[in-house]
Amino acid sequence: MIEANELTKRYGAKTAVDGLSFTVRPGVVTGFLGPNGAGKSTTMRMIVGLDAPTAGEVTVDGARYRDLPAPLHRVGALLEARSIHPGRSAANHLLALAQTHGISRARVNDVIKLVGLQQVARKRAGTFSLGMGQRLGIASALLGDPDTLVLDEPVNGLDPEGIHWIRTLLRGLAEEGRTILVSSHLMSEMALTADHLIVVGRGRVLADCSTEDFIAQASPAVVRVRSPHATRLRELLSAEGVTIGSDGPGVLEVAGLSTDAIGERAAAEGLTLHELSSRHASLEEAFMELTRDAVEYEAGA
Amino acid sequence: MTAVTYPRVVASELTKLHSLRSSRLSFLIALGLVVGLGVLVPWLSVADWNDGAPTAGYNAVERSLSGIYLAQIAFGVLGAMVITGEYATGSIRSTFAAVPRRLPVLWSKLGVFLTATLVLGTIASVLAFTVGQAIFSSKHVDASFADPHVLRAVLGCGLFLAAMGVFGLALGALLRNTAAAITTLTLVLFVVPTIVDVLPKGDKIGPYLPSAAGLMITTVSPSGPLGAWGGFGLLCAYVAATIAIAAVLLVRRDA
Repeated sequence: MIEANELTKRYGAKTAVDGLSFTVRPGVVTGFLGPNGAGKSTTMRMIVGLDAPTAGEVTVDGARYRDLPAPLHRVGALLEARSIHPGRSAANHLLALAQTHGISRARVNDVIKLVGLQQVARKRAGTFSLGMGQRLGIASALLGDPDTLVLDEPVNGLDPEGIHWIRTLLRGLAEEGRTILVSSHLMSEMALTADHLIVVGRGRVLADCSTEDFIAQASPAVVRVRSPHATRLRELLSAEGVTIGSDGPGVLEVAGLSTDAIGERAAAEGLTLHELSSRHASLEEAFMELTRDAVEYEAGA
Repeated sequence: MTAVTYPRVVASELTKLHSLRSSRLSFLIALGLVVGLGVLVPWLSVADWNDGAPTAGYNAVERSLSGIYLAQIAFGVLGAMVITGEYATGSIRSTFAAVPRRLPVLWSKLGVFLTATLVLGTIASVLAFTVGQAIFSSKHVDASFADPHVLRAVLGCGLFLAAMGVFGLALGALLRNTAAAITTLTLVLFVVPTIVDVLPKGDKIGPYLPSAAGLMITTVSPSGPLGAWGGFGLLCAYVAATIAIAAVLLVRRDA
Protein backbone atom coordinates (compact mmCIF):
# COMPACT_ATOMS: atom_id res chain seq x y z
CA MET A 1 0.00 0.00 0.00
CA ILE A 2 1.31 3.41 -1.02
CA GLU A 3 -0.14 6.45 0.71
CA ALA A 4 0.53 10.02 -0.34
CA ASN A 5 -0.60 12.81 1.93
CA GLU A 6 -0.56 16.40 0.65
CA LEU A 7 2.60 15.49 -1.25
CA THR A 8 4.21 18.62 -2.70
CA LYS A 9 7.41 19.24 -4.66
CA ARG A 10 8.64 22.64 -5.79
CA TYR A 11 11.73 23.31 -7.89
CA GLY A 12 12.37 27.00 -7.31
CA ALA A 13 9.26 28.83 -8.48
CA LYS A 14 7.91 25.83 -10.37
CA THR A 15 5.52 23.51 -8.58
CA ALA A 16 5.82 20.01 -10.02
CA VAL A 17 3.57 18.24 -7.53
CA ASP A 18 0.89 20.26 -5.80
CA GLY A 19 -0.59 18.66 -2.67
CA LEU A 20 -1.26 15.16 -4.02
CA SER A 21 -3.17 12.80 -1.75
CA PHE A 22 -3.97 9.27 -2.86
CA THR A 23 -3.82 5.64 -1.80
CA VAL A 24 -2.58 2.81 -3.98
CA ARG A 25 -4.15 -0.46 -2.79
CA PRO A 26 -2.80 -4.00 -3.04
CA GLY A 27 -4.32 -6.61 -5.31
CA VAL A 28 -5.03 -4.38 -8.29
CA VAL A 29 -3.05 -2.58 -10.96
CA THR A 30 -3.32 1.16 -10.38
CA GLY A 31 -2.72 3.38 -13.38
CA PHE A 32 -1.06 6.72 -12.78
CA LEU A 33 -2.22 8.74 -15.71
CA GLY A 34 -1.50 12.24 -16.84
CA PRO A 35 -0.09 14.30 -19.68
CA ASN A 36 3.65 15.00 -19.88
CA GLY A 37 4.77 17.31 -17.08
CA ALA A 38 1.84 16.38 -14.82
CA GLY A 39 4.20 15.38 -12.01
CA LYS A 40 4.01 11.59 -12.40
CA SER A 41 7.76 10.95 -12.50
CA THR A 42 8.46 13.40 -9.69
CA THR A 43 5.85 11.66 -7.53
CA MET A 44 7.39 8.27 -8.27
CA ARG A 45 10.88 9.58 -7.45
CA MET A 46 9.53 10.79 -4.10
CA ILE A 47 7.97 7.38 -3.41
CA VAL A 48 11.42 5.74 -3.65
CA GLY A 49 13.22 8.50 -1.76
CA LEU A 50 15.27 9.92 -4.64
CA ASP A 51 13.65 13.33 -4.28
CA ALA A 52 12.63 14.76 -0.92
CA PRO A 53 9.13 16.30 -0.77
CA THR A 54 8.93 20.06 -0.17
CA ALA A 55 5.85 19.36 1.96
CA GLY A 56 3.64 16.41 2.83
CA GLU A 57 4.83 12.81 2.77
CA VAL A 58 4.50 9.52 1.02
CA THR A 59 4.79 6.13 2.71
CA VAL A 60 4.97 2.51 1.63
CA ASP A 61 3.17 0.16 4.03
CA GLY A 62 3.22 2.97 6.56
CA ALA A 63 6.97 3.64 6.45
CA ARG A 64 9.01 6.22 4.59
CA TYR A 65 11.10 4.54 1.89
CA ARG A 66 14.29 5.89 3.41
CA ASP A 67 13.51 4.10 6.68
CA LEU A 68 13.06 0.66 5.11
CA PRO A 69 15.83 -1.71 6.22
CA ALA A 70 15.57 -3.76 3.01
CA PRO A 71 13.94 -1.50 0.41
CA LEU A 72 14.40 -3.82 -2.59
CA HIS A 73 12.33 -6.49 -0.85
CA ARG A 74 9.51 -4.02 -0.25
CA VAL A 75 9.44 -1.83 -3.34
CA GLY A 76 10.67 -2.51 -6.85
CA ALA A 77 11.06 0.55 -9.03
CA LEU A 78 11.53 1.22 -12.71
CA LEU A 79 12.26 4.89 -13.19
CA GLU A 80 11.90 7.03 -16.27
CA ALA A 81 15.30 7.38 -17.88
CA ARG A 82 17.62 4.41 -17.88
CA SER A 83 19.18 3.89 -14.49
CA ILE A 84 21.91 1.57 -15.72
CA HIS A 85 25.62 2.11 -16.44
CA PRO A 86 26.10 1.38 -20.17
CA GLY A 87 29.60 -0.01 -19.57
CA ARG A 88 28.41 -2.77 -17.25
CA SER A 89 26.80 -6.05 -18.29
CA ALA A 90 23.19 -6.73 -17.40
CA ALA A 91 24.27 -9.58 -15.12
CA ASN A 92 26.80 -7.42 -13.26
CA HIS A 93 24.31 -4.55 -12.91
CA LEU A 94 21.82 -6.91 -11.30
CA LEU A 95 24.53 -8.60 -9.21
CA ALA A 96 25.72 -5.26 -7.78
CA LEU A 97 22.13 -4.42 -6.80
CA ALA A 98 21.52 -7.91 -5.39
CA GLN A 99 24.67 -7.78 -3.26
CA THR A 100 23.43 -4.73 -1.32
CA HIS A 101 20.66 -6.96 0.08
CA GLY A 102 22.50 -10.28 0.13
CA ILE A 103 20.27 -11.58 -2.66
CA SER A 104 21.69 -14.75 -4.25
CA ARG A 105 23.18 -15.13 -7.73
CA ALA A 106 20.50 -17.75 -8.36
CA ARG A 107 17.82 -15.08 -7.95
CA VAL A 108 19.77 -12.81 -10.35
CA ASN A 109 19.69 -15.60 -12.93
CA ASP A 110 15.98 -16.16 -12.25
CA VAL A 111 14.99 -12.56 -13.00
CA ILE A 112 17.21 -12.53 -16.12
CA LYS A 113 15.26 -15.55 -17.35
CA LEU A 114 11.95 -14.04 -16.27
CA VAL A 115 12.45 -10.98 -18.47
CA GLY A 116 13.96 -13.02 -21.31
CA LEU A 117 17.48 -11.54 -21.35
CA GLN A 118 19.48 -14.82 -21.02
CA GLN A 119 21.11 -14.41 -24.44
CA VAL A 120 22.48 -10.93 -23.72
CA ALA A 121 23.04 -10.98 -19.95
CA ARG A 122 26.84 -10.87 -20.39
CA LYS A 123 26.76 -8.03 -22.91
CA ARG A 124 27.30 -4.41 -21.93
CA ALA A 125 23.99 -2.67 -21.27
CA GLY A 126 25.09 0.17 -23.56
CA THR A 127 24.55 -2.10 -26.55
CA PHE A 128 20.91 -2.78 -25.58
CA SER A 129 17.88 -1.58 -27.53
CA LEU A 130 15.29 0.55 -25.72
CA GLY A 131 13.10 -2.50 -25.22
CA MET A 132 15.94 -4.61 -23.80
CA GLY A 133 16.84 -1.72 -21.49
CA GLN A 134 13.24 -1.66 -20.24
CA ARG A 135 13.34 -5.39 -19.63
CA LEU A 136 16.56 -5.01 -17.64
CA GLY A 137 14.91 -2.21 -15.64
CA ILE A 138 11.96 -4.49 -14.90
CA ALA A 139 14.37 -7.26 -13.88
CA SER A 140 15.97 -4.81 -11.41
CA ALA A 141 12.54 -3.96 -10.02
CA LEU A 142 11.61 -7.63 -9.53
CA LEU A 143 15.00 -8.63 -8.05
CA GLY A 144 13.96 -8.44 -4.40
CA ASP A 145 10.54 -10.05 -5.04
CA PRO A 146 8.86 -6.92 -3.63
CA ASP A 147 5.25 -6.51 -2.47
CA THR A 148 5.02 -3.14 -4.17
CA LEU A 149 6.04 -2.17 -7.70
CA VAL A 150 6.41 1.38 -8.98
CA LEU A 151 6.89 1.46 -12.74
CA ASP A 152 7.30 4.68 -14.72
CA GLU A 153 6.16 4.21 -18.34
CA PRO A 154 7.13 0.52 -18.44
CA VAL A 155 5.77 -0.10 -21.95
CA ASN A 156 7.92 2.69 -23.36
CA GLY A 157 9.99 1.27 -26.20
CA LEU A 158 8.53 -2.22 -25.99
CA ASP A 159 7.22 -3.96 -29.11
CA PRO A 160 3.63 -5.31 -29.15
CA GLU A 161 4.83 -8.69 -27.89
CA GLY A 162 6.68 -6.93 -25.05
CA ILE A 163 3.65 -4.80 -24.18
CA HIS A 164 1.48 -7.90 -24.00
CA TRP A 165 4.12 -9.59 -21.85
CA ILE A 166 4.26 -6.77 -19.34
CA ARG A 167 0.47 -6.49 -19.17
CA THR A 168 0.20 -10.19 -18.34
CA LEU A 169 3.07 -9.92 -15.86
CA LEU A 170 1.50 -6.98 -14.01
CA ARG A 171 -1.93 -8.65 -13.88
CA GLY A 172 -0.36 -11.81 -12.48
CA LEU A 173 1.61 -9.85 -9.86
CA ALA A 174 -1.53 -7.96 -8.82
CA GLU A 175 -3.46 -11.21 -8.48
CA GLU A 176 -0.79 -12.39 -6.05
CA GLY A 177 -1.88 -9.47 -3.87
CA ARG A 178 0.90 -7.02 -4.67
CA THR A 179 0.51 -3.26 -4.89
CA ILE A 180 1.24 -2.01 -8.40
CA LEU A 181 1.49 1.58 -9.57
CA VAL A 182 2.12 2.06 -13.28
CA SER A 183 2.41 5.44 -14.94
CA SER A 184 1.50 6.28 -18.49
CA HIS A 185 0.42 9.20 -20.60
CA LEU A 186 -1.63 6.87 -22.82
CA MET A 187 -5.24 6.40 -21.75
CA SER A 188 -5.72 3.53 -24.18
CA GLU A 189 -2.84 1.60 -22.61
CA MET A 190 -4.14 2.18 -19.09
CA ALA A 191 -7.68 1.10 -20.02
CA LEU A 192 -6.26 -2.32 -20.90
CA THR A 193 -3.84 -2.67 -17.97
CA ALA A 194 -5.22 -0.83 -14.96
CA ASP A 195 -8.12 -1.67 -12.66
CA HIS A 196 -7.95 1.64 -10.88
CA LEU A 197 -6.90 5.05 -12.13
CA ILE A 198 -5.32 8.07 -10.52
CA VAL A 199 -5.43 10.86 -13.09
CA VAL A 200 -3.17 13.87 -12.50
CA GLY A 201 -2.63 17.17 -14.27
CA ARG A 202 -0.35 20.03 -13.26
CA GLY A 203 0.57 18.24 -10.08
CA ARG A 204 -3.01 17.77 -8.84
CA VAL A 205 -5.33 14.77 -8.67
CA LEU A 206 -8.09 15.13 -11.30
CA ALA A 207 -9.72 11.74 -10.79
CA ASP A 208 -9.22 8.77 -8.46
CA CYS A 209 -11.61 5.92 -9.25
CA SER A 210 -11.91 2.51 -10.86
CA THR A 211 -11.15 2.38 -14.57
CA GLU A 212 -14.75 1.27 -15.15
CA ASP A 213 -16.20 4.26 -13.31
CA PHE A 214 -13.81 6.62 -15.04
CA ILE A 215 -14.94 5.38 -18.43
CA ALA A 216 -18.63 5.49 -17.47
CA GLN A 217 -18.33 8.95 -15.96
CA ALA A 218 -16.19 10.47 -18.63
CA SER A 219 -18.23 9.09 -21.48
CA PRO A 220 -21.82 8.14 -20.55
CA ALA A 221 -23.19 5.26 -22.55
CA VAL A 222 -25.41 6.18 -25.45
CA VAL A 223 -27.73 3.70 -27.14
CA ARG A 224 -27.99 3.97 -30.87
CA VAL A 225 -31.35 2.84 -32.24
CA ARG A 226 -32.16 2.52 -35.93
CA SER A 227 -35.80 1.90 -36.74
CA PRO A 228 -38.32 2.63 -39.51
CA HIS A 229 -40.65 3.73 -36.66
CA ALA A 230 -38.23 6.30 -35.23
CA THR A 231 -40.88 8.97 -34.67
CA ARG A 232 -43.18 6.66 -32.69
CA LEU A 233 -40.27 5.25 -30.79
CA ARG A 234 -39.17 8.74 -29.75
CA GLU A 235 -42.61 9.40 -28.22
CA LEU A 236 -42.60 6.01 -26.53
CA LEU A 237 -39.19 6.44 -24.91
CA SER A 238 -39.58 10.08 -23.87
CA ALA A 239 -39.48 10.34 -20.08
CA GLU A 240 -37.75 12.25 -17.34
CA GLY A 241 -34.00 11.57 -17.27
CA VAL A 242 -33.92 10.38 -20.83
CA THR A 243 -32.42 12.47 -23.58
CA ILE A 244 -32.96 11.59 -27.16
CA GLY A 245 -30.99 12.94 -30.06
CA SER A 246 -30.71 11.99 -33.68
CA ASP A 247 -27.96 12.08 -36.25
CA GLY A 248 -30.01 11.18 -39.29
CA PRO A 249 -33.42 10.02 -40.41
CA GLY A 250 -34.50 6.82 -38.70
CA VAL A 251 -31.68 7.01 -36.13
CA LEU A 252 -32.02 7.84 -32.42
CA GLU A 253 -29.26 8.38 -29.87
CA VAL A 254 -30.75 7.59 -26.48
CA ALA A 255 -29.03 8.41 -23.17
CA GLY A 256 -30.55 7.27 -19.88
CA LEU A 257 -32.01 3.93 -20.93
CA SER A 258 -30.36 0.55 -21.33
CA THR A 259 -30.47 -1.46 -24.56
CA ASP A 260 -32.61 -4.04 -22.68
CA ALA A 261 -35.26 -1.47 -21.67
CA ILE A 262 -35.48 0.00 -25.18
CA GLY A 263 -35.70 -3.42 -26.84
CA GLU A 264 -38.46 -4.63 -24.52
CA ARG A 265 -40.59 -1.50 -24.91
CA ALA A 266 -40.25 -1.62 -28.69
CA ALA A 267 -41.25 -5.30 -28.71
CA ALA A 268 -44.28 -4.59 -26.52
CA GLU A 269 -45.49 -2.09 -29.10
CA GLY A 270 -44.51 -4.31 -32.02
CA LEU A 271 -42.02 -1.80 -33.41
CA THR A 272 -39.28 -3.07 -35.73
CA LEU A 273 -35.66 -2.30 -34.77
CA HIS A 274 -32.83 -2.54 -37.31
CA GLU A 275 -30.11 -1.67 -34.86
CA LEU A 276 -29.80 -1.50 -31.09
CA SER A 277 -26.27 -0.87 -29.82
CA SER A 278 -24.54 0.90 -26.96
CA ARG A 279 -21.38 2.86 -27.50
CA HIS A 280 -18.94 5.01 -25.51
CA ALA A 281 -17.09 8.12 -26.53
CA SER A 282 -13.46 7.19 -27.07
CA LEU A 283 -11.43 6.97 -23.88
CA GLU A 284 -8.71 9.12 -25.35
CA GLU A 285 -11.32 11.85 -25.91
CA ALA A 286 -12.55 11.55 -22.34
CA PHE A 287 -9.01 11.76 -20.99
CA MET A 288 -8.13 14.77 -23.13
CA GLU A 289 -11.34 16.48 -22.06
CA LEU A 290 -10.46 15.92 -18.40
CA THR A 291 -6.87 17.11 -18.67
CA ARG A 292 -7.45 19.87 -21.22
CA ASP A 293 -6.78 22.67 -18.74
CA ALA A 294 -3.91 20.82 -17.17
CA VAL A 295 -1.71 20.24 -20.19
CA GLU A 296 1.75 21.62 -19.60
CA TYR A 297 3.02 21.98 -23.14
CA GLU A 298 0.36 22.59 -25.69
CA ALA A 299 1.00 22.50 -29.39
CA GLY A 300 0.59 25.90 -30.98
CA ALA A 301 -2.50 26.34 -33.14
CA MET B 1 14.24 -11.34 4.54
CA THR B 2 17.69 -9.83 4.15
CA ALA B 3 18.57 -6.25 4.96
CA VAL B 4 21.12 -3.75 3.69
CA THR B 5 24.36 -3.99 5.69
CA TYR B 6 27.80 -2.41 5.31
CA PRO B 7 29.59 -5.61 4.20
CA ARG B 8 26.90 -6.06 1.53
CA VAL B 9 27.22 -2.52 0.20
CA VAL B 10 31.01 -2.96 0.15
CA ALA B 11 30.62 -6.18 -1.88
CA SER B 12 28.34 -4.34 -4.28
CA GLU B 13 30.81 -1.48 -4.74
CA LEU B 14 33.62 -3.95 -5.33
CA THR B 15 31.56 -5.58 -8.09
CA LYS B 16 30.85 -2.19 -9.62
CA LEU B 17 34.53 -1.18 -9.58
CA HIS B 18 35.90 -4.26 -11.29
CA SER B 19 33.00 -4.85 -13.68
CA LEU B 20 33.74 -1.72 -15.71
CA ARG B 21 36.29 -1.99 -18.47
CA SER B 22 36.98 1.75 -18.24
CA SER B 23 38.00 1.57 -14.58
CA ARG B 24 40.23 -1.46 -15.15
CA LEU B 25 41.89 0.39 -18.02
CA SER B 26 42.35 3.59 -16.01
CA PHE B 27 44.01 1.63 -13.19
CA LEU B 28 46.37 0.10 -15.70
CA ILE B 29 47.30 3.51 -17.14
CA ALA B 30 47.87 4.99 -13.66
CA LEU B 31 50.12 2.09 -12.70
CA GLY B 32 51.87 2.22 -16.06
CA LEU B 33 52.76 5.85 -15.39
CA VAL B 34 54.38 5.06 -12.05
CA VAL B 35 56.33 2.03 -13.23
CA GLY B 36 56.99 3.34 -16.74
CA LEU B 37 58.51 6.63 -15.61
CA GLY B 38 60.26 4.73 -12.81
CA VAL B 39 62.15 2.89 -15.55
CA LEU B 40 62.41 5.69 -18.11
CA VAL B 41 63.80 8.46 -15.90
CA PRO B 42 66.65 6.39 -14.36
CA TRP B 43 67.42 4.89 -17.77
CA LEU B 44 67.69 8.34 -19.41
CA SER B 45 69.73 9.61 -16.45
CA VAL B 46 72.16 6.75 -16.78
CA ALA B 47 72.34 6.96 -20.57
CA ASP B 48 73.12 10.66 -20.34
CA TRP B 49 75.62 10.21 -17.57
CA ASN B 50 78.65 12.51 -17.78
CA ASP B 51 82.03 10.91 -17.40
CA GLY B 52 83.54 11.13 -13.99
CA ALA B 53 82.47 10.49 -10.46
CA PRO B 54 78.76 10.65 -9.49
CA THR B 55 77.62 13.76 -7.72
CA ALA B 56 77.58 13.38 -3.96
CA GLY B 57 74.04 13.07 -2.57
CA TYR B 58 72.52 12.15 -5.92
CA ASN B 59 68.81 11.66 -5.38
CA ALA B 60 68.33 8.26 -6.92
CA VAL B 61 65.20 7.56 -4.83
CA GLU B 62 63.07 10.45 -6.02
CA ARG B 63 64.23 10.05 -9.62
CA SER B 64 62.87 6.51 -9.69
CA LEU B 65 59.57 7.68 -8.17
CA SER B 66 58.94 10.67 -10.46
CA GLY B 67 55.97 8.90 -12.08
CA ILE B 68 53.78 9.90 -9.15
CA TYR B 69 53.63 13.53 -10.38
CA LEU B 70 51.58 12.42 -13.36
CA ALA B 71 49.97 9.44 -11.67
CA GLN B 72 48.42 11.67 -8.99
CA ILE B 73 46.08 13.18 -11.57
CA ALA B 74 45.32 9.76 -13.06
CA PHE B 75 44.37 8.41 -9.63
CA GLY B 76 42.31 11.53 -8.90
CA VAL B 77 40.42 11.28 -12.19
CA LEU B 78 39.76 7.60 -11.63
CA GLY B 79 38.44 8.37 -8.15
CA ALA B 80 36.14 11.10 -9.47
CA MET B 81 34.76 8.80 -12.15
CA VAL B 82 33.91 6.10 -9.62
CA ILE B 83 30.98 8.31 -8.61
CA THR B 84 30.46 10.84 -11.44
CA GLY B 85 30.11 7.91 -13.83
CA GLU B 86 27.00 6.89 -11.88
CA TYR B 87 25.54 10.38 -12.05
CA ALA B 88 26.27 10.71 -15.77
CA THR B 89 24.59 7.41 -16.64
CA GLY B 90 21.70 7.64 -14.19
CA SER B 91 22.77 4.42 -12.45
CA ILE B 92 23.05 6.46 -9.23
CA ARG B 93 19.23 6.17 -9.09
CA SER B 94 19.45 2.38 -8.95
CA THR B 95 22.18 2.67 -6.34
CA PHE B 96 20.25 5.04 -4.07
CA ALA B 97 16.97 3.18 -4.53
CA ALA B 98 18.76 0.09 -3.18
CA VAL B 99 20.51 2.00 -0.39
CA PRO B 100 18.23 4.98 0.32
CA ARG B 101 20.25 6.16 3.31
CA ARG B 102 23.01 6.89 0.78
CA LEU B 103 25.91 7.41 3.21
CA PRO B 104 26.76 3.67 3.28
CA VAL B 105 27.30 4.01 -0.48
CA LEU B 106 29.78 6.86 -0.03
CA TRP B 107 31.70 5.16 2.80
CA SER B 108 31.80 1.86 0.89
CA LYS B 109 32.98 3.51 -2.31
CA LEU B 110 35.69 5.32 -0.34
CA GLY B 111 36.73 2.14 1.47
CA VAL B 112 36.88 0.00 -1.65
CA PHE B 113 38.67 2.63 -3.71
CA LEU B 114 41.11 3.54 -0.94
CA THR B 115 42.07 -0.10 -0.47
CA ALA B 116 42.46 -0.70 -4.20
CA THR B 117 44.59 2.41 -4.78
CA LEU B 118 46.68 1.83 -1.68
CA VAL B 119 47.51 -1.74 -2.67
CA LEU B 120 48.11 -1.02 -6.35
CA GLY B 121 49.87 2.32 -5.73
CA THR B 122 52.22 0.70 -3.22
CA ILE B 123 53.01 -2.23 -5.49
CA ALA B 124 53.71 0.15 -8.39
CA SER B 125 55.93 2.38 -6.23
CA VAL B 126 57.96 -0.53 -4.87
CA LEU B 127 58.32 -1.89 -8.40
CA ALA B 128 59.39 1.50 -9.80
CA PHE B 129 61.91 1.95 -7.00
CA THR B 130 63.36 -1.54 -7.35
CA VAL B 131 63.76 -1.38 -11.13
CA GLY B 132 65.02 2.20 -10.98
CA GLN B 133 67.69 1.37 -8.44
CA ALA B 134 68.77 -1.64 -10.46
CA ILE B 135 69.41 0.74 -13.36
CA PHE B 136 71.22 3.25 -11.13
CA SER B 137 73.40 0.50 -9.69
CA SER B 138 75.40 0.51 -12.92
CA LYS B 139 76.69 3.94 -11.87
CA HIS B 140 76.84 3.01 -8.18
CA VAL B 141 74.43 5.77 -7.13
CA ASP B 142 71.60 3.41 -6.22
CA ALA B 143 69.79 3.61 -2.89
CA SER B 144 68.31 0.75 -0.88
CA PHE B 145 65.44 0.28 1.57
CA ALA B 146 68.05 0.08 4.32
CA ASP B 147 69.09 3.70 3.78
CA PRO B 148 67.50 6.24 6.14
CA HIS B 149 63.96 7.35 5.21
CA VAL B 150 63.94 5.43 1.94
CA LEU B 151 61.30 2.93 3.01
CA ARG B 152 59.07 5.78 4.24
CA ALA B 153 59.49 7.67 0.95
CA VAL B 154 58.68 4.65 -1.22
CA LEU B 155 55.67 3.49 0.80
CA GLY B 156 54.72 7.17 1.09
CA CYS B 157 54.17 7.20 -2.68
CA GLY B 158 51.45 4.58 -2.28
CA LEU B 159 49.88 6.63 0.53
CA PHE B 160 50.10 9.81 -1.53
CA LEU B 161 48.49 8.24 -4.60
CA ALA B 162 45.70 6.69 -2.55
CA ALA B 163 45.01 10.05 -0.88
CA MET B 164 44.83 11.74 -4.30
CA GLY B 165 42.46 9.05 -5.55
CA VAL B 166 40.18 9.58 -2.57
CA PHE B 167 40.44 13.36 -3.07
CA GLY B 168 39.17 12.86 -6.62
CA LEU B 169 36.32 10.66 -5.38
CA ALA B 170 35.31 13.27 -2.80
CA LEU B 171 35.33 16.01 -5.46
CA GLY B 172 33.25 13.77 -7.71
CA ALA B 173 30.70 13.17 -4.94
CA LEU B 174 30.58 16.89 -4.28
CA LEU B 175 30.29 18.11 -7.89
CA ARG B 176 28.42 15.10 -9.40
CA ASN B 177 29.84 15.84 -12.84
CA THR B 178 32.94 14.33 -14.44
CA ALA B 179 34.13 17.44 -16.28
CA ALA B 180 33.61 19.69 -13.24
CA ALA B 181 35.43 17.26 -10.94
CA ILE B 182 38.41 16.80 -13.27
CA THR B 183 38.67 20.54 -13.93
CA THR B 184 38.63 21.29 -10.21
CA LEU B 185 41.20 18.59 -9.55
CA THR B 186 43.51 19.96 -12.25
CA LEU B 187 43.09 23.49 -10.92
CA VAL B 188 43.97 22.42 -7.39
CA LEU B 189 46.90 20.20 -8.36
CA PHE B 190 48.53 22.17 -11.19
CA VAL B 191 47.07 25.62 -11.79
CA VAL B 192 46.80 26.98 -8.25
CA PRO B 193 50.44 26.06 -7.38
CA THR B 194 51.65 27.86 -10.54
CA ILE B 195 49.70 31.01 -9.63
CA VAL B 196 50.79 30.89 -5.99
CA ASP B 197 54.36 30.51 -7.16
CA VAL B 198 54.41 33.97 -8.76
CA LEU B 199 52.58 35.71 -5.90
CA PRO B 200 54.72 38.02 -3.69
CA LYS B 201 54.39 35.78 -0.63
CA GLY B 202 53.92 32.66 -2.72
CA ASP B 203 56.80 30.77 -1.17
CA LYS B 204 55.08 31.08 2.20
CA ILE B 205 51.76 29.62 0.97
CA GLY B 206 53.08 27.09 -1.54
CA PRO B 207 54.10 24.35 0.93
CA TYR B 208 50.58 24.31 2.38
CA LEU B 209 48.85 23.48 -0.92
CA PRO B 210 47.47 19.91 -1.08
CA SER B 211 49.85 18.40 -3.62
CA ALA B 212 53.02 20.06 -2.30
CA ALA B 213 52.14 19.15 1.29
CA GLY B 214 51.29 15.56 0.38
CA LEU B 215 54.46 15.07 -1.65
CA MET B 216 56.59 15.65 1.48
CA ILE B 217 56.07 12.04 2.51
CA THR B 218 57.57 10.83 -0.79
CA THR B 219 60.87 12.66 -0.33
CA VAL B 220 63.89 11.29 1.49
CA SER B 221 64.72 14.61 3.13
CA PRO B 222 61.59 16.80 3.23
CA SER B 223 62.15 20.53 2.90
CA GLY B 224 59.81 23.23 4.11
CA PRO B 225 57.89 23.81 7.31
CA LEU B 226 55.71 20.68 7.47
CA GLY B 227 57.94 17.61 7.43
CA ALA B 228 57.00 14.26 5.88
CA TRP B 229 54.08 13.29 8.10
CA GLY B 230 52.95 16.85 8.80
CA GLY B 231 52.64 17.48 5.06
CA PHE B 232 50.81 14.23 4.41
CA GLY B 233 48.58 14.92 7.42
CA LEU B 234 47.64 18.28 5.91
CA LEU B 235 46.73 16.62 2.59
CA CYS B 236 44.57 14.14 4.52
CA ALA B 237 42.88 17.05 6.30
CA TYR B 238 42.01 18.67 2.95
CA VAL B 239 40.63 15.35 1.72
CA ALA B 240 38.65 14.76 4.92
CA ALA B 241 37.11 18.24 4.71
CA THR B 242 36.05 17.64 1.10
CA ILE B 243 34.54 14.28 2.08
CA ALA B 244 32.63 15.88 4.96
CA ILE B 245 31.01 18.50 2.71
CA ALA B 246 30.23 15.86 0.07
CA ALA B 247 28.62 13.61 2.71
CA VAL B 248 26.38 16.37 4.05
CA LEU B 249 25.21 17.31 0.54
CA LEU B 250 24.79 13.69 -0.56
CA VAL B 251 22.03 13.12 1.99
CA ARG B 252 20.35 16.47 1.39
CA ARG B 253 20.25 16.76 -2.37
CA ASP B 254 17.77 15.09 -4.71
CA ALA B 255 19.41 12.31 -6.69
